Amino acid sequence: MSAAKVAIVGAAETTALGRIPQMSQIQLHADAALNALADAGLTLKDIDGVATAGESPTAVAHYLGIAPNWVDGTAVGGCSFMLHVRHAVAAIESGLCQCVLITHGESGRSNVGRAGWASSPGSLSGQFESPFGGMGPTTLFTLPVLRFLKDTGTTLEQLASVAVIQRQWAALNPRATLKEPTSVEAVLEDRMIAYPFTKSQCCLVTDGGGALILVAAERAKDFPQSPVYILGSGESTETPMISQMQDLTRSRAFQMAGARAFETAGIQHSDVDHLMIYDAFAHLPLYGLEDLGFCGRGEAGAFIASGQTAPGGILPLNTNGGGLSYMHSGMYGMYALQESVRQVRGTAAAKVAGVEISVCHGVGGMFGASGTVVMSASKVR
Amino acid sequence: MKIDFEQVTVPVPTPETAHFWSGCVAGELRLQQCDDCSRVYFPPRPFCPDCGQRAVSILCGSGKARLLSYVINHRPHPAFDGPYAIAVVELEEGVTMMANILNVPQTPEALILDMPLKVAFRPIRQGIVLPYFEPDGADL
Repeated sequence: MSAAKVAIVGAAETTALGRIPQMSQIQLHADAALNALADAGLTLKDIDGVATAGESPTAVAHYLGIAPNWVDGTAVGGCSFMLHVRHAVAAIESGLCQCVLITHGESGRSNVGRAGWASSPGSLSGQFESPFGGMGPTTLFTLPVLRFLKDTGTTLEQLASVAVIQRQWAALNPRATLKEPTSVEAVLEDRMIAYPFTKSQCCLVTDGGGALILVAAERAKDFPQSPVYILGSGESTETPMISQMQDLTRSRAFQMAGARAFETAGIQHSDVDHLMIYDAFAHLPLYGLEDLGFCGRGEAGAFIASGQTAPGGILPLNTNGGGLSYMHSGMYGMYALQESVRQVRGTAAAKVAGVEISVCHGVGGMFGASGTVVMSASKVR
Repeated sequence: MKIDFEQVTVPVPTPETAHFWSGCVAGELRLQQCDDCSRVYFPPRPFCPDCGQRAVSILCGSGKARLLSYVINHRPHPAFDGPYAIAVVELEEGVTMMANILNVPQTPEALILDMPLKVAFRPIRQGIVLPYFEPDGADL
């Protein structure tokens, strides 16, 4: 049996998603934070811990007028927020602070007040990867997949089905960017970006943000929303260079973060009612299902293509439509966390009935880092 | 595929990687090996990433490799004249590195996973020579 020590009592995204040229990046953090505070029935004065990535926690705390007792600026890419949740649990449990605000905001499409990121030519990736013409995640994050397809016997059609099934979820979500049904044929015939990935298999590029508020579990019932308890979590890193993965067909960081999350939560795979796997590209749910142990080696493609993760399937996955159809600002992990919170609360647009346990799994960089959070509707399990 | 070497991003060697880049100029693919546990590793660093031992030596790789995985980028890049493959190759010595594959059509039909490759050094500019790869047996 495990008992949660910390719960999420406030959760919200930015008021708008998609194209938000009227807001700078720091204001996207603030907009989401103010919405999350309203959701929790709290004010800025109640916050004494701040965690964020993309902006410094110093900048976010100052912008919001918060004098924190604790900050976490862990920035390992899009799953940073999963790690912030994990670190916030430890901080609250050990008394370093009492009420943590985790923020994300990213002007990914409009580029208003957003710092650029590129490897220095003297870094290892600058020396040993950049000269060969990589153009960011579309050409590097995707690079392992041909090896994965060959070694696992997964087909291009099964890879394409990831985008098709997630569009089915997005169709149920009014806030999703892309809602029109699509097909395996249409996905495969879409504009080629980096073979074998067509545009439909690459994430959206949008603006947006989100924020979470966490407090000790024993206080969690004093807030307006149903508490979402953090039952367990895990984190790890592997490499900042895609060419240096131990095995192009498995993520060591996924395996380590996932195993630790399941172990600390004291759950089995059969206990999971709802799953989020960060999908910057269509292959990530395949890696995630196998590396987290939901599917055996080479089984994830058929599992998704046969509808097991679709609306009505046995393992609802990426129910907001995911990075492929819902939104993707650059660091999508916050939106995966928001959807897990909504499903556990029972407030998601594409509501899955009776979600007791949701697993939310994130990736950072390009298979560089990982964070997994297990959320529960019950404090004790 | 033609590469405009004027447009290729130029690596900036550091003290820890200088031997690798001078090796490329000399036509050698210089890897490193731990004196203690014999592990061969890449990218360069002055200690073994397996056991932490600082006593390491330079090992010249054979230059033979196999094609581990790749994508074919269809978005325009100033250094390439059309769609081009970005690959990860596995050297005979067991380490992996990123590369472009020269002297072969940049198509899924021509780029077959596990095909044998060999290193092909090309000078770009500012004294830097890059290690590319090409099919083993390709016309030079």
